[in-house]
Amino acid sequence: MSLFDKVPACDSAPVEGRRGFLKGLVAAGALAIAPGVTLYKFAEAAGVSSAVRWGMLIDINKCEDGCSACVTACAEENGWRGHGNPRTDAQWIRKVTLTDKQTGFKKSLPVMCQHCAEPPCVYVCPTGASFKRADGIVLVDKHICIGCRYCMMACPYKARSFVHEDVDGQKPHAPRGKGTVESCTLCVHRVDEGRQPACVEACAKDGGHAFMFGDLNDPSSDISKQLAQYGATAIRGDLGVDPGVRYRGL
Amino acid sequence: MKRFAAIVIVLLTVAAGSAGAADWGVPFPSVPKAAAENCVRDTQFMRANHMELLLHQRDDTVHQGVRPKQTALTECLTCHAVKGGDGKPLTVKDPKHFCRACHDYAAVTIDCFSCHNSAPEAVNK
Repeated sequence: MSLFDKVPACDSAPVEGRRGFLKGLVAAGALAIAPGVTLYKFAEAAGVSSAVRWGMLIDINKCEDGCSACVTACAEENGWRGHGNPRTDAQWIRKVTLTDKQTGFKKSLPVMCQHCAEPPCVYVCPTGASFKRADGIVLVDKHICIGCRYCMMACPYKARSFVHEDVDGQKPHAPRGKGTVESCTLCVHRVDEGRQPACVEACAKDGGHAFMFGDLNDPSSDISKQLAQYGATAIRGDLGVDPGVRYRGL
Repeated sequence: MKRFAAIVIVLLTVAAGSAGAADWGVPFPSVPKAAAENCVRDTQFMRANHMELLLHQRDDTVHQGVRPKQTALTECLTCHAVKGGDGKPLTVKDPKHFCRACHDYAAVTIDCFSCHNSAPEAVNK
């Protein structure tokens, strides 16, 4: 029985004997290809395509020292909050202060999931829960996350958090629960609606207008033009993970 | 197993409808009415297959970014919301919550609401 119009039925009939087994193998191959083709077509129709790569440019010269508008906005938008335990509390975005040891010059900047093109968290995940969407957004599928936390260890940016406590009153668009790993989703629910991430909006409203969000693959987008004209730095660019979040003034 | 449990519920409910629960001498779940009728599929189909639809939808949404309003979990929860004494929608902590009404009866544990909010809008406790 097929429940869905767009998904082909994948009921595998029982096969008997060697000949049947071999036939079954051939059939299995065809099935494996058929859903793949369907998914590919479906992805095109849905609009989440690899033609787009979402990214952010953060000008840290505009990022004010005591300001944490982006962090507050993220927590409010996605419903994460502390339990008074800084070692284990979830933190999707945080302000990091860098100090130049020679001159004592201090600079504060926001760090969150860098949405790498070559994400180490995805490569180490044993269940496929940590994945990269076609448009470059790196996410955790909490339905299949087993909470092993390999991705947290693999991430060079310490961007991921593990939820230690029972969670109540989640935002409907940002489900989160005990025993799973989570991180910045680049406000995927907003991006799918054509809006900007909460941190970007908050910085433009209450902060120094340091964030720019856009399509890195589109040469005519504001972010691509800025990157082409002035360049920007990737944190730990030496790792070759090709982050989608770039910093200017680092 | 889920499918089997659902079929059992459907059969029991159908039986309850035709013969009347009292005749059987066994308790039946009292399923709260939804605000709309047959908005995704007909009732019998939904009773037997809602879990398949949810499973399908969740993968499409998380991985493909497909967010059709009609079959979104938030829409299910909005339409099937049961109001409490204070007029606010009940959460899954209350046995009268739509999902619990049947799932308690069938002794099928659902873990959707360990991550998802069980009320239509964020109800902070």
